[in-house]
Amino acid sequence: MDITLPTTIPLQAYLVLAAVLFCTGVWGLINSRNAVRVLMSIELMLNAVNINLMAFSDYLDGQLIRGQVFAIFVITVAAAEAAVGLAILLSLYRNRETVDMERFNLLRW
Amino acid sequence: MTIASTAQLICFAALSATLVLGALGVVLLPNIVYSAFLLGGVFLSVAGLYLLLNASFVAAAQVLVYVGAVNVLILFAIMLVNKKETLAAIPGLPLRRLLSGAVCGGLFVLLIRVAFTTDWALPGPLPVGEEATIRIGEHLFSDYLLPFELASVLLLMSMIGAIVLARRDVLSSDVITGESVDQGLIEKSRSPLLLDKAPR
Repeated sequence: MDITLPTTIPLQAYLVLAAVLFCTGVWGLINSRNAVRVLMSIELMLNAVNINLMAFSDYLDGQLIRGQVFAIFVITVAAAEAAVGLAILLSLYRNRETVDMERFNLLRW
Repeated sequence: MTIASTAQLICFAALSATLVLGALGVVLLPNIVYSAFLLGGVFLSVAGLYLLLNASFVAAAQVLVYVGAVNVLILFAIMLVNKKETLAAIPGLPLRRLLSGAVCGGLFVLLIRVAFTTDWALPGPLPVGEEATIRIGEHLFSDYLLPFELASVLLLMSMIGAIVLARRDVLSSDVITGESVDQGLIEKSRSPLLLDKAPR
């Protein structure tokens, strides 16, 4: 049996990796009971998107690397999102005294 | 096959294995502290992937911002809200897990299909390699100047917003005597505002 490995890493390898990471993040986002874990799942999804951006930037846009600039902006927005999200979580915890997502139904009809 | 490309393949395999296992651990582990530390590992391996993609500046930014700031922030949040509580059982939870797993699997199949059937314009132009940092600086101060400045405004807004949301609106010292008040007493005496009449 002859397995020929590719000499360089193909673009599709990065895309598959990012897809795995994104789907894991989506599953965690839907199924987590702990609110902190929901925020961690969002970070996983943002990182998956960043991997896609960087892979396209290196393989398809090697001279103008616009994907890297977009990745930097995504990192900035992710940091802001994490700060505000955890602050909301803290104030919610102080009022409800739980981190269970099923009990955060304050804004539901 | 040269030594450099073999090393690249080995690094890619190791980093992707760390990434996938770490992400699964973040989502599936019951102890959330382990999840947070594994999330740091995931961020670090993503930074390693950026190094494989000729992007040393973004890899450094990833380590600084994600591992240094976001992960530490998440750890602090876990420490602040880490109360042992037994979660009430929900009817139909396994069915929900199964359904969402099927949806995520479908999304994964869709993404894989797109990745393998699209006719990418490969090989693209030659990567700039170590000049990437210079190019990013040129981009940030010419054609991406407006988003760059807006990002600073966004960071300022989120910083002020986080402080306003997370601070306790009580005095930390007694008004009359000027002595500092025991913070634990204040927290106990303050009744939660949004508690409804539902049994807790």
